[in-house]
Amino acid sequence: MQTSTQTRLALCQIDDLPVGLGRSFEVGETPIAVFRTRAGKVFATDAFCPHKGGPLADGMLAGDQVVCPYHAFRFDSQTGECDQANVCAIATYPIDVAADGGVFITV
Amino acid sequence: MIQLNTIHESPVTRRKLVIIGNGMAGARMAEDILAADPNHDFDIVMFGDEPYGNYNRILLSHVLNGSQEPQEIFLNPLAWYEENQITLHAGKRVTKIDRENKIVYADDVAEEYDVLIFATGSRPFVPPIQGTTLHGVFVFRTIDDCRNIAEYAKDCKSAIVIGGGLLGLEAAKGLMTHNVSVTVVEMGPWLMAVQLDEAGGKVLQQTIEKLGITALTSASTKELLGHTTVTGVKFADGREVAADMVVISAGIRPNKELAAEHGIVCDRAILVDDQLRTSDTSIYGVGECVQHRGMVYGLVAPIWEQTKALAQLLTGKNPQARYVGSKLATKLKVMGVELASMGRISDVKPTDEVVTFAEPGRQVYWKAIVRDGKVSACCMLGDLEPADQLVDYFMNDTPAPSRRLELFFGSGTKAQGADFSLADMPDDKQICDCNGVSKKTICDAIRAGKCTVPAVGKATRAGTGCGSCKTLVKGLIEAVNGEVKAEPSESWYVTAVPMDKPTLVAEVKIRELKSVSAVLRELGTADDEKSKNGLASMLKSIWGTEYIDERDARYINDRVHANIQKDGTFSVIPRIYGGITSADDLIKIGQVAKKYDVRMVKFTGGQRIDLLGIKKDDLPKVWADLGMPSGYAYTKALRTVKTCVGTEFCRYGTNDSTALGIALEKKFQGFEFPAKVKLGVSGCPRNCSESTVKDIGIVASDGGDWDILVGGAAGASVRKTDLLCRVKTQEEAIRVVGRFMIYYRDNAKWIERTYDFVPRIGIEKIRDIIVNNSLGIVEDLDREVEKTIAAYVDPWLERNNPVYAGQFEDVKTVPLPMVTV
Repeated sequence: MQTSTQTRLALCQIDDLPVGLGRSFEVGETPIAVFRTRAGKVFATDAFCPHKGGPLADGMLAGDQVVCPYHAFRFDSQTGECDQANVCAIATYPIDVAADGGVFITV
Repeated sequence: MIQLNTIHESPVTRRKLVIIGNGMAGARMAEDILAADPNHDFDIVMFGDEPYGNYNRILLSHVLNGSQEPQEIFLNPLAWYEENQITLHAGKRVTKIDRENKIVYADDVAEEYDVLIFATGSRPFVPPIQGTTLHGVFVFRTIDDCRNIAEYAKDCKSAIVIGGGLLGLEAAKGLMTHNVSVTVVEMGPWLMAVQLDEAGGKVLQQTIEKLGITALTSASTKELLGHTTVTGVKFADGREVAADMVVISAGIRPNKELAAEHGIVCDRAILVDDQLRTSDTSIYGVGECVQHRGMVYGLVAPIWEQTKALAQLLTGKNPQARYVGSKLATKLKVMGVELASMGRISDVKPTDEVVTFAEPGRQVYWKAIVRDGKVSACCMLGDLEPADQLVDYFMNDTPAPSRRLELFFGSGTKAQGADFSLADMPDDKQICDCNGVSKKTICDAIRAGKCTVPAVGKATRAGTGCGSCKTLVKGLIEAVNGEVKAEPSESWYVTAVPMDKPTLVAEVKIRELKSVSAVLRELGTADDEKSKNGLASMLKSIWGTEYIDERDARYINDRVHANIQKDGTFSVIPRIYGGITSADDLIKIGQVAKKYDVRMVKFTGGQRIDLLGIKKDDLPKVWADLGMPSGYAYTKALRTVKTCVGTEFCRYGTNDSTALGIALEKKFQGFEFPAKVKLGVSGCPRNCSESTVKDIGIVASDGGDWDILVGGAAGASVRKTDLLCRVKTQEEAIRVVGRFMIYYRDNAKWIERTYDFVPRIGIEKIRDIIVNNSLGIVEDLDREVEKTIAAYVDPWLERNNPVYAGQFEDVKTVPLPMVTV
């Protein structure tokens, strides 16, 4: 019998995330990109663009969207949807920041 | 008797025309006479060697490979001769001509003539070597040869074709279909020497080798081996290659012997004048057996022209008809390889201009020879897209465009201009190569109301990559919608701030906005990454050291000072001033490449060395080990200064290009611009460092002065530089270059290269400002140069102090907690 368990675990401190940029993590064996917008929002997505495997953490932020560094495909921070019709969405992961600045991800 | 009566009852004097030869030329001659002479004033008699009506020799390889039956390639069946009252003596060879009494004799037949036409054609050339009479050796010329070769090949595993010309390759192709492994042997240094030059021949060779045919060039056959049956070939260099059969296709020789034996003047072939007359005024000649103005033709097109002219003349339809020679332009398909050939490609004079284009990846090779401003010869291989245009230039003697590259690419290397019809482009034609957007997708978007270039870009992504297709997109909007809607955003410096550059600069200065986020907060209407890049560049040039450098406004390349590659690794290019390095530095680069397992070490087009495949984690270590400054190869800044060796070593050099190149690169390193800037310095007008296609080029004149050139490009767009001015000294050259750089930096739009900037402003205006100081700003420009130099810090020094968390880190690993059940 298989059960899927969700795990909330400590990722890093908020200051480990550069303002307005992303950073790559490998959580267990899952590659994840974590971003911190200039407005203070923190969110997490799949690490690689489904188009040509661009490393999203190396991308730039345009508002609440991640822009892939390879071909500028954009993905929504909440839904993971791509701005291009025939590119599939990326997964997003729940993330929360504790009062002491600890950043937690649920995978 | 009856026939005699008929002749006498004819209203005009009937004349008797005898044609020797029933090949493509002879039969075409008869057809043309019939067409030009509907009243049948001629009684036509033909002699043919082969016991058939005539057939299309060009299709013989189809018979050999079995794709066509012999009867399918007959042009005129025997019935045709009867219908047209032509007497055909098939299988009868003319042996004697009585010129005095005008009678030809063949075997048991004699025919009188008023007019005699030689259309004896040519025969395969069999080289005078041992073994050509062995069993299993064939020539490839006639329908019987085809049958015999095909029949024999059934029991063979390997075959050698001697001769790498068109016919030889056709034979090889035919043999392939019989599951025979084929080797083509060519005496000359490359294949198809008549139609192709060496480079083209090599391209063709690679292509056919991919099809499984072996090609040996510069291979002179000395002997065919075997006792009664051929077993192989021995070459002059002693090599032997085994084969079960040999097909000889070593060219053709005109059948001139019959004419020569009867006193008709011959050279390589039977000599004819512009009326196609031989030295005997009652005897004419057409086709491969004749030599006209020094040329012997082996293709059908000239033969058609000859028979047409002669028919007009003989029937009196046009007594002025003349044949003045043929321009040969042919398109062929050899083994699936498309090939076009015009004129004689091997005929190159020192004064000719040779224009070539090669795309080795697709086996594409184009070459045109321009003589006295016109296309005198051309060969094209692999892709015949511009062939029709070249044929037009060649056949009509149209003056070649002054930008010679337009011969191949139309007038639109940049804009796809006048000669280029967007409407004719197929729907599936890719317009935007970066994003793979087809014409149809773009046109659909336009029909759906996207009538500006940015709107099309947003809907389809077309034009949002390198941007070089934007002009095409604009053209499509005009074609589909009639006009391009005014797009106010086109004048904006960046899309997120609705202001042109001068307004924006003024606002930024008044409000003292020193960071990208401040500009976006106060003036912006959107937030996108490209706008941030553009604002960062602009703010840095406005505020210098006061600029508040926010790294999230930078693209990844500018954050880690290296160029991201398709696998997430980076390329590292250290600065090599003027393209001149030393043994010690090369050793150091080599050691670094080894230490970090660099996957590719590549010389760049700008005379530097690129280390590819470096992990982000390793970047700081690689830079430290190299101990060289960044080459800025990843960003919109001064890139390379390409030099030639100039007076230091070159015997032609007229000034010291290496010294100037190094001085320029040392002075202006780290200068950032709205787009990249590449320099070239050439030590003499031969311009070996290609300065005329650089953003800024400096070329030493014959007298040793320096010409300062600006606005060149040789990438997706190609543009020759404009001459800004000529100066005497290295110091003056550096000063003018610096002034131009700052003027460009401060006035160009974001991502506007100099090749767009210079024509937009106009070279005269730029010269007025930079050289004649018409605005009185040159001192300001000079001060700005010094200020920018002072602000330069090698970005690779960030290796010691990363400016943000994780700057040089690929991935941070977080282990999952151990789960206890």
